[in-house]
Amino acid sequence: MNYVIIGNSTAAIGCIEGIRQVDPQGPITVITNEKYHTYSRPLISYLLYGKTDEERMKYRPDNFYQKNHCQLLTGKTVEQIRCKEREVVLSDGQTLPYDKLLVATGSSPVIPPIEGLGSVSRKYTFMSLDDAKELEQNLLPESRVLIMGAGLIGLKCAEGIAHRVGHITVVDMAERILPNILDEASAGLVQEHLEQQGIEFILGSSVVKYAENQAELQNGQKIFFDILVVAVGVKPNTKLISAAGGNVRRGIVTDMSCETSLTDIYAAGDCAESMDITTGEHRILALLPNAYMQGECAGLNMAGGYKNYNQAMPMNSTGLFGLHIITAGNYEGQAYVVQGDKTYKKLITKDGLLKGYILIGEVARAGIYTSLIKEQKPLEKIDFNLIKDKPQLMAFSKRDRQKMLGGAAG
Amino acid sequence: MKRIYVNEKWCLGCHLCEYYCAFANSGQQDMIKALKDIQINPRIRIEEQNGISFAVSCRHCEEPLCVKGCITGALTMHEGVIVVDQSKCVGCYTCILSCPYGAIMPAEEGVIQKCELCMENSGSPACVTGCPNQAIIYEEREYV
Repeated sequence: MNYVIIGNSTAAIGCIEGIRQVDPQGPITVITNEKYHTYSRPLISYLLYGKTDEERMKYRPDNFYQKNHCQLLTGKTVEQIRCKEREVVLSDGQTLPYDKLLVATGSSPVIPPIEGLGSVSRKYTFMSLDDAKELEQNLLPESRVLIMGAGLIGLKCAEGIAHRVGHITVVDMAERILPNILDEASAGLVQEHLEQQGIEFILGSSVVKYAENQAELQNGQKIFFDILVVAVGVKPNTKLISAAGGNVRRGIVTDMSCETSLTDIYAAGDCAESMDITTGEHRILALLPNAYMQGECAGLNMAGGYKNYNQAMPMNSTGLFGLHIITAGNYEGQAYVVQGDKTYKKLITKDGLLKGYILIGEVARAGIYTSLIKEQKPLEKIDFNLIKDKPQLMAFSKRDRQKMLGGAAG
Repeated sequence: MKRIYVNEKWCLGCHLCEYYCAFANSGQQDMIKALKDIQINPRIRIEEQNGISFAVSCRHCEEPLCVKGCITGALTMHEGVIVVDQSKCVGCYTCILSCPYGAIMPAEEGVIQKCELCMENSGSPACVTGCPNQAIIYEEREYV
């Protein structure tokens, strides 16, 4: 079996490791338009922060491709998939045949078509290692930075560069920061923490016009900046599949085996949709763990194994200036909230199940909550009052616990 | 592969496992010196309530969600043992979000720590050796 993988990030690595669990030998070709050994994308903010470096950002060791009998083609773009011929066409005209193909093309930053944006000379996106390096080269201690977008990408960028620039202003259309993962109260708490680090927020507003060093907001307010970071969102890279006639909604449509509507072509990671088990909806879950597991599942199936990907759900863990945030699931249902000075806990239940949670500050053992959501554990089977207080195995039945911790022989 | 198994019936709640763990991972030779006047941060933790107690540490899952979800590649599996390369870890806590047992915890200096079965220490788990009532054992079993 001859495998081709388009992309060299998390889903691609998951796929390689999935394939190799079943097929130790079949040749794998990995094609990337970047020039790097596989690296962890979310680490670019930690790179600027100084918490990691290019060497330690490598997502797998130096001998990874060699050990897994992979050929890595860097700096190459796939222009077309020819399903009938079972081959991909590269931008230099070269064609590569495949028996099984994975599309792990990720996503690209959205650049909103705002008047005057073209005249801003120092504008950057924040998705790739090259983005981070380019931004880094232009940071000065006195730089005024304007970040468009108060999502994870924008805020992690702010954290990464805060100690290296003069001032940061973050603007977002939404009324609160991290609108996709936090509720109002928790967003307020995190925002306050960020403001204490000197970051300024303008929320519920957007830029209507840019000039070289200036942005004009809806209300006429003008913001002067030296550096603009555009982090308003991402769009999945689905073109190869749609051009080949495959099903694409917002992302590439895949079945439970991660195969697209095109035979022997699989998709995984930020370009593909998966089923959110907390809602039953198919959506893009652009999260690193999801990308790995989707990729691994695709790989197992590509190599002739059998695996369903039925574990996807929204979940995020990150820290911003030392304040930890862990969230999972969805937030529709009955809420149980405990708020402290720099801590917040919200547990959401519905139909006798835990559906989602938000934890800020105190995040110890959060995975016990995640597991309740994922396993859809009926809350009547555990001591919910106990686990509401904090995640603990004591809340489970003795029997459950014996299963989990093994029990001793005899 | 040999794993740690816990029998809560035999657990006395004495917390000795926590102290042996902290000592084994302190890199020091003398237990008193290693632990005197410090707040220990062991990789095995006792839960206790109403006369029930038991130790929780990494299960070294065959399908480790922490390894698969690790954003840096710091968590890996070596011959069945899940280990962390703290120099690669950035402390995002995605593993804490993922672990169904709550067995991974923050270490000092903004990274995580977990039980590595004392592979780098004595080669055999100190919590097991130190448990006075065999409530924590280390043995090979058929995986159920």
